[in-house]
Amino acid sequence: MLGNFPMLSTLIALPALGALACLFLGDRAARWTALVTTLATFALGCVMWARFDVAGPVWQFVERAPIVGQFYWAMGIDGISLMLIMLSVFLMPICIGASWNSITERVGLYMASFLFMEALMIGVFAAQDLILFYIFFEAGLIPMYLIIGIWGGANRIYASYKFFLYTLLGSVLMLVAMIWMIYAAGTADIPTLMHSDFPVAAQRWLWLAFFASFAVKMPMWPVHTWLPDAHVQAPTAGSVILAGVLLKMGGYGFLRFSIPMFPDASADFMWLIFALSAVAVIYTSLVALVQSDMKKLIAYSSVAHMAIVTAGLFAFNQQGIEGALIVMLSHGLVSGALFLCVGVIYDRLHTREIARYGGLSNNMPGYALLFLFFTMASIGLPATSGFVGEFLSLIGIYEASSWVAFLCATGIILGAGYMLWLYRRIAFGSAAGEDTLSMRDLSLREWLLLTPIAAVVLWMGVYPEPFLAPMRRDATAIAARMANAKPAGDAHYRAASSRPTPSSHEAAPGSAH
Amino acid sequence: MISYIVFLPLLAAIVAGLGGRFIGNFAAKLVTTGALFAACALSWPIFISFLTGHGTAGVTPVLHWLSSGDLVFDWALRVDTLTAVMLVVVTSVSALVHLYSWGYMAEDPSQPRFFAYLSLFTFAMLMLVTADNLVQMFFGWEGVGLASYLLIGFWYHKPSANAAAIKAFVVNRVGDLGFMLGIFGTFLVFRTVSIPEVLAAAPAVAGSHISFLSMRFDTLTILCLLLFIGAMGKSAQLGLHTWLPDAMEGPTPVSALIHAATMVTAGVFMLCRLSPMFEAAPVALGFVTFIGAATCFFAGTVGTCQHDIKRVIAYSTCSQLGYMFFAAGVGAYGAAMFHLFTHAFFKALLFLGAGSVIHAMHHEQDMRHYGALRKHIPFTYWTMMAGTLAITGVGIPLTSFGFAGFFSKDAILESAFASGPNGQLVFWVGCFVALLTSFYSWRLMFLTFFGKPRWGTSEHIQHAVHDHGQDHGHDHAAAHAHGDQHGHDDGTAGYHPHESPLSMLVPLALLTTGAVLAGYFFHHAFVGAEEGAHFWAGSIAFDAHLMHAMHEIPLWAKLMPASAMIIGLLIAWRNYIRHPDAPARFVANMSGLHNFVFRKWYFDELYDAIFVRPAQALGRIFWKGGDEAIIDRFGPDGAARAVAGTSGVAVKIQSGFLYSYAFVMLIGLAALVTWLMAVVR
Repeated sequence: MLGNFPMLSTLIALPALGALACLFLGDRAARWTALVTTLATFALGCVMWARFDVAGPVWQFVERAPIVGQFYWAMGIDGISLMLIMLSVFLMPICIGASWNSITERVGLYMASFLFMEALMIGVFAAQDLILFYIFFEAGLIPMYLIIGIWGGANRIYASYKFFLYTLLGSVLMLVAMIWMIYAAGTADIPTLMHSDFPVAAQRWLWLAFFASFAVKMPMWPVHTWLPDAHVQAPTAGSVILAGVLLKMGGYGFLRFSIPMFPDASADFMWLIFALSAVAVIYTSLVALVQSDMKKLIAYSSVAHMAIVTAGLFAFNQQGIEGALIVMLSHGLVSGALFLCVGVIYDRLHTREIARYGGLSNNMPGYALLFLFFTMASIGLPATSGFVGEFLSLIGIYEASSWVAFLCATGIILGAGYMLWLYRRIAFGSAAGEDTLSMRDLSLREWLLLTPIAAVVLWMGVYPEPFLAPMRRDATAIAARMANAKPAGDAHYRAASSRPTPSSHEAAPGSAH
Repeated sequence: MISYIVFLPLLAAIVAGLGGRFIGNFAAKLVTTGALFAACALSWPIFISFLTGHGTAGVTPVLHWLSSGDLVFDWALRVDTLTAVMLVVVTSVSALVHLYSWGYMAEDPSQPRFFAYLSLFTFAMLMLVTADNLVQMFFGWEGVGLASYLLIGFWYHKPSANAAAIKAFVVNRVGDLGFMLGIFGTFLVFRTVSIPEVLAAAPAVAGSHISFLSMRFDTLTILCLLLFIGAMGKSAQLGLHTWLPDAMEGPTPVSALIHAATMVTAGVFMLCRLSPMFEAAPVALGFVTFIGAATCFFAGTVGTCQHDIKRVIAYSTCSQLGYMFFAAGVGAYGAAMFHLFTHAFFKALLFLGAGSVIHAMHHEQDMRHYGALRKHIPFTYWTMMAGTLAITGVGIPLTSFGFAGFFSKDAILESAFASGPNGQLVFWVGCFVALLTSFYSWRLMFLTFFGKPRWGTSEHIQHAVHDHGQDHGHDHAAAHAHGDQHGHDDGTAGYHPHESPLSMLVPLALLTTGAVLAGYFFHHAFVGAEEGAHFWAGSIAFDAHLMHAMHEIPLWAKLMPASAMIIGLLIAWRNYIRHPDAPARFVANMSGLHNFVFRKWYFDELYDAIFVRPAQALGRIFWKGGDEAIIDRFGPDGAARAVAGTSGVAVKIQSGFLYSYAFVMLIGLAALVTWLMAVVR
């Protein structure tokens, strides 16, 4: 009976309607409306997850209604989209809760921005039409832009300007590429395009155009510098969504567009991605090591984690892709939680300067415990989601190249360095001043925001199967599509006679005896 | 049963850690200590069943963990002889350390947290030793690392403790990088991470080659080397040892449990667990032997001139771990595990004894401020004496009478000698280090328990006398504050050390039993040729031939360790009892050598100069030079300048009206979409 229920449209419409309502409501009513709407959306999302058939068709909950000419309201999700939508609808109520007391001006507009953004995010991950995707993808940035620009910190205008400029550059190129594709393939249907074979020469140009957009969203080195500014200036909930969902649009784009639509070009540019990722891990980790602003430190660590994602995706094998997906989910949760942790103490002391804190284990033991947990998840301690993701993607990367895996894995040393150094300065030692000493421990509201994330992080670390199962087939499909282009890998074991691959020894770089 | 052993400590850690504030100190201590004694009581029957030949190896599945493509692994608990040995070591020492901490930590305000950490550590260590696949071993590996980090930094108000905690974690992560790459490589070669499957398949790939970092290596050699780097980190072997001495910042029970008896031996355990794989990689084994011997020597030298009682024992641990590694390197895995087993008892004993001394001396750890303590804390003195006799390997050569270390260390040295030319080289190193071991151990005993009291000059003692000055009279305290000593020419400053409470003495007594008897009772099972093969039952690559051959070595070689031990004792006696002024003269005459050894061969300074400082400098360069001066300048800021012409206008553009940007985005988007819909048919 639910067979024809437009699940995805409802998921988009619900927050959109809530947003419209918030625009006209008073502060208190807007808060409650936003909370109820996001919780209802999350509940609906859970229903969708429960009804998602892992063994069923690739695209589920499909809707397709013509709008104008070839332009369709085409919706549908596979396992990857499902998990990313779940991440978005899970984080949204937490964001509303995080803004409960700290946002006091223009509350209605603020809540409306978040709800609109939620609707547009779901749209990005559910769209099956190229133009529809583009609209969601670009429009989703406008509320974020407003959130930073209106409720941001002192230097918010510069941050939103940077954000604006970087994204503009990427999206214009991607739009041109999309128009070309629609002309050439005669369709804007994403599942169809994922199996189309464009001429290799064209693929390269198209790949680069999409790359411009996704690399900025990711963000990849060297187009990452908007992220630290945006994070630093954004209000807490804005940072959570920025890290939790917006950054995932880049990885999603690579998986949905760049790799399946332009497989030959992806193989050609594999080493570009590997190089940029390896540089990013080391470069941004070292930069994170010397930050004195909490949010900047976590922002730089985000760039390093996202570099593992890109490298894992372009390893073109099952472990690499699944690992990259888990890193995306894990980073969304863990970085989100870390930004919430920063928000908790920012609300009390109104500074992000690490040196102003210290000794919080004394007066905020509950906070110190949760902050430690998320720090360890960020470092990738086994039994947290961070480990599962990092381990899988690195093993996948290692299959592609031991060099890239080695360079990316240095992140586990540097990551431990900067995160523990941050934790030490905030939670250990002695308080920097009287005001630090008098900070209260977590309120009930803050407990309610952080513990659900902690529970999911632990769940994903100990038993990740429910998260991997829906995405398994999609990862296999992508790995299969890239099977011909898959990097030979330099570290494979080849028994002398068992596998007749005479060229593979030569393919290993520098295989001097 | 094994599930209870492993998960009781976790449960206790959760109860004490999360509920400590609600159930109170006493309940938290009771829950954790009770859980550990229960786990210990359940572990010994398992060990005894293997000892008597009734034990059967098996795997208890717990939960599926992960499957991705052909990479599949579970949470599972494996029990075989090797695990059983580790189970009794871990649970026994941990239970005793829990009990000991009742007394040692009695005045600490956050005891539930301490006990929760201890139990959490035990859980992680048990997960490590019961691992059936490399990833679960890595889980335990990181789990003990986390607990170690938390316990080293337990007194988090001390900056030195925090620094040591971070150092321990980060240096271990260097080793973990090797471990992880080793797991990756193993998976790529064998398409599995299950330990039994890897070990079964390992001999078949001997002689093949794989590429790593653009270099060709023998397959098993490179895999074993990478995994061994992990072991080097955890077991503080030369190069990655720098964290262990600093880890002494943690409370002393922690040093006994984690940094002596259990966690630091994880590397040895890993080597033995994977011994069939290492056996097929002789080059890697050669490297293990070399690193083990080098660490043994290095740490032995540094241990001879440290002033801090805990640091002496820490370097001693490092050095003893070196023994275990070179034993494994020459193929005597049974001897390595035997030394691990006996060392756990006598080193935990020495640390807890040192803790008792420190407790008596109000947290004074500098041995220059000790002396003559045997009269004040006789029980501690006698137990530490047993520990010293055990570590120096006192026994009657050619018979089977002696303290624990006599059996295990001699087994290592003799099997090294019997194993071949490489082994004979390290035999000499091992004998020389036996001399050093004897010297620094007796030096510790003589400085602490003999001679004249010297604690009048200790700040800790002066504080103690000052704070509790009532029974000694205020005039004394005031006099000491001026550094004046009249009225107390005996060097005691009026302070009389007291023996520790019963909760601390009972563990000392029980560990003393272990240090005295563990060797005598178990040497047949661990290193006997026939009994050993039967006992180990294939859980390690036990070499019965080598265990035979070690009895066939020349008489002089058998007498060497005992001679070295006696020489070390005599040197210590001459310098610290007979001529107490001799060490100062030696330092004055040989200041270059002394500085080199005293400053720990300058490893910390070297690492600081080539890793820590450059990392920070690079971070700053990338940030200020890369991100701001290049990327931003020619990127977004440059774009604004290019449009505006001058930087003044550019700033205006950047800081222009917010809504106009949003408006532009919205209008642009709408226009584009309209156009698209019109154009695209």
